[in-house]
Amino acid sequence: MSIFYFIAFLSILFAVLVISAKNPVHSILYLILTFFTFTIQYILLNAQFLAIVNFIVYMGAILVLFLYTLMLINLNKDSEPVKTNMVKIAAVLGGGCLMVVLVAALKAVGTSQPVLVKDPGLGLVKNLGKILFDEFLLPFEVSSLLLLSAMVGAVLLATRDKKPVVNG
Amino acid sequence: MDSFFKTVQSVPLNHYILLSAIIFSIGVIGVLIRRNAIIIFMSVELMLNAVNLLLTAFSVYRGDATGQVFVFFIMALAAAEVAVGLAIIVMIYRNTNSVDINVLNRLKW
Repeated sequence: MSIFYFIAFLSILFAVLVISAKNPVHSILYLILTFFTFTIQYILLNAQFLAIVNFIVYMGAILVLFLYTLMLINLNKDSEPVKTNMVKIAAVLGGGCLMVVLVAALKAVGTSQPVLVKDPGLGLVKNLGKILFDEFLLPFEVSSLLLLSAMVGAVLLATRDKKPVVNG
Repeated sequence: MDSFFKTVQSVPLNHYILLSAIIFSIGVIGVLIRRNAIIIFMSVELMLNAVNLLLTAFSVYRGDATGQVFVFFIMALAAAEVAVGLAIIVMIYRNTNSVDINVLNRLKW
């Protein structure tokens, strides 16, 4: 029971560090730690498939992509843009108001039942695979098309325009 | 293994919602206070992950695996979004030599 609260505390701490770190590289490293705490939460919920996918896709693929982009862009300390304090205070107030509204709406619901893992095989690859390739076969195929088009789009956007060849 | 999850999981559903709400709000604040486009992008990822965790918690709470399939689709979507978004950021950096979002105000007027 207490392990959930410890991991939740770590998630919030690292999430705050992500948005407050001055150096963008530190920001990405803290984001990796935040995602790692989320992976632990998935394991605690016995969603093993999601834990592995979160680990591989988010921490393996997406964060590496972020790091490489940051290295490509090569930000300097003095080129790091900073907002004025007034805007920052207003932004924190706005986000805080959102959180207060969400929490207040939650308080109105009252106490809830504890989350129990009733079916231990719920989040395993066997069970999820059966559902994914039975009920969700069409969305699955459409998502493959989406990934293909995203890949083509990314390559198209990131390649430099070639100068037209004069004699060609 | 079975008894491990029985003893570990006695957390009320409200606390999962609370955690997700806090992480989501941190993401919103991050989008608002930073001007570096990459960090704004990372805050969006933070918000996506908060929603993912909540969907998984509800899925386990209801004993319905559909929520976890949905999270899987969100992750595929996030991967596509990051690839295109980072390509756009790289292109913007090539054209303006900066990732400051305040430079990109030509659509404003």
